[in-house]
Amino acid sequence: MINILSSILILSGVFFYLAGSIGLLRLPDLYSRLHALTKADNLGLGLLIAGVALHSQDLLMMLKLLLIWLAVLAASATSAHLIARQARRQETGS
Amino acid sequence: MSPVSLPLFDALLLFSIVGLAWASLATTDERRSVILFIAFGLVLAVAWGRLLAPDVALAEAAIGAGLSGALLLGAVHRQPRPLSPGSTNDSRNQGATGMGVVLRWVVTLLCTALAGTLAWALLHAFSSVPHDMLPRAISGNLAASGVSNPVTAVLLNFRAYDTLLELAVLLTAVLGIFALGQANPGYQPAGPVFDSLVRWLVPVLILTSGYLLWVGAHAPGGAFQAGAILAAAGVVLRLAGRTRIGLPEGFMLRIVMAAGVGLFLLVGLTLLLLGRPFLGYPPAWAGSLILLIETAAMLSIAATLLLAFLGGRPESPAHAARTESANTTASNSGNEEQTRC
Amino acid sequence: MLTAQWMYGLAGCVIMALGLRGALLHASLLQRIVAINVMGAGVFMLLVAVAYRGPVLPPDPLPHALVLTGIVVAVSATALALALARRLHAEQEDD
Repeated sequence: MINILSSILILSGVFFYLAGSIGLLRLPDLYSRLHALTKADNLGLGLLIAGVALHSQDLLMMLKLLLIWLAVLAASATSAHLIARQARRQETGS
Repeated sequence: MSPVSLPLFDALLLFSIVGLAWASLATTDERRSVILFIAFGLVLAVAWGRLLAPDVALAEAAIGAGLSGALLLGAVHRQPRPLSPGSTNDSRNQGATGMGVVLRWVVTLLCTALAGTLAWALLHAFSSVPHDMLPRAISGNLAASGVSNPVTAVLLNFRAYDTLLELAVLLTAVLGIFALGQANPGYQPAGPVFDSLVRWLVPVLILTSGYLLWVGAHAPGGAFQAGAILAAAGVVLRLAGRTRIGLPEGFMLRIVMAAGVGLFLLVGLTLLLLGRPFLGYPPAWAGSLILLIETAAMLSIAATLLLAFLGGRPESPAHAARTESANTTASNSGNEEQTRC
Repeated sequence: MLTAQWMYGLAGCVIMALGLRGALLHASLLQRIVAINVMGAGVFMLLVAVAYRGPVLPPDPLPHALVLTGIVVAVSATALALALARRLHAEQEDD
């Protein structure tokens, strides 16, 4: 039962990663690509971690996995912001 | 895991790794090459995990992909045009001349021959009965080594002399970097988004590095991974435009840089004076001695890697204060090119 | 010999050859430094593949320690090479 549920979660996570990569390749400009990639990859990671967390032995491991997801969320949101801000500056400044 | 899916996973993983290495070296754009190299390092860390080498995976992700990538990206950002050794650039770059094309083909063939020879030697070595004398000796003596993580036992006890020399290599590299010039110019003070990330990320990184140092005795971890995470905290502070990045100044900096090698030598020579072999820990004290040496080594490694990222002698505090105020006024007018982050 | 061992070992040889070719043929210093790092990664893969002894037996820890040492030495050599490159660039611009 747990195996089926975690397989579904992991596969949907992989689907979102795939969607993000397709967005990276097909979308027209930097901002839309950044937007699609960040959102899809974070959600995909969350589903992946949820699928892995179902197999964890104790609550501490689940908590560690959740913290990993939160840390990646914050870091990727910040780096997406920095990249977009720099691109904006280069467009309007120079 | 079913017997058919693991080789399939291996094949896919190796395909991506070799593909990333190829792509990183096939492109002529430096920035693309470095970014693909970082991706290569991260996927390589997954391969280390698959081959049951978690200590190596941690080190590869933190040092091989993370810090190396930061160093290389910093270098790419600073050079406005590709770096080349003077006049020989043109003849190599063209490849259109006859000699150029022949040279490229000869080198390619030689490298292929080298790979083939290595592969033949590998298959030849693997076809005989595997020797497990050393692994058995390691696991047999693990109980007397003071730690229960075999990689830490090898690094800090059985082959401690190699680790001492490795720390000396690190020290030599940073002395060379010091001799070559001043540190790279700093970065602009960070905006509110990056600054708030830094505020909680740096304490978490420091805590994680302390944890990795402690847990290295009985689980994957150790001084090198901990030192790399601590250096990463300093790098993040530097990228956020702070002047105080955790490095001590002046004399204390020299002490911290030499602490790894120094403490190792101190322990070794003391043991020598007590009649034991050099770095031959008494089994009752081995655990504590290893922790002591690892702590000094962690601080030393962190300082060395952070100084390597700085790229030269760190500026004096007065100079740093002047640079920071100049950066703040420059960011207000938005004209400063050199210290753009 | 295990399947995983020769797959990863072969890949290590290929990556090492790729890195060496890049180190010899590239024009830009920075890319040559990247190529040397790739070469090092190939050697590490070779070592870790040799250390792997299957899913049941614990792997041989000695090559792991060697690879760990190698990773740290590689990054310090890269840092020194980049500092040298930066100084070389500065000297060339002064000419």
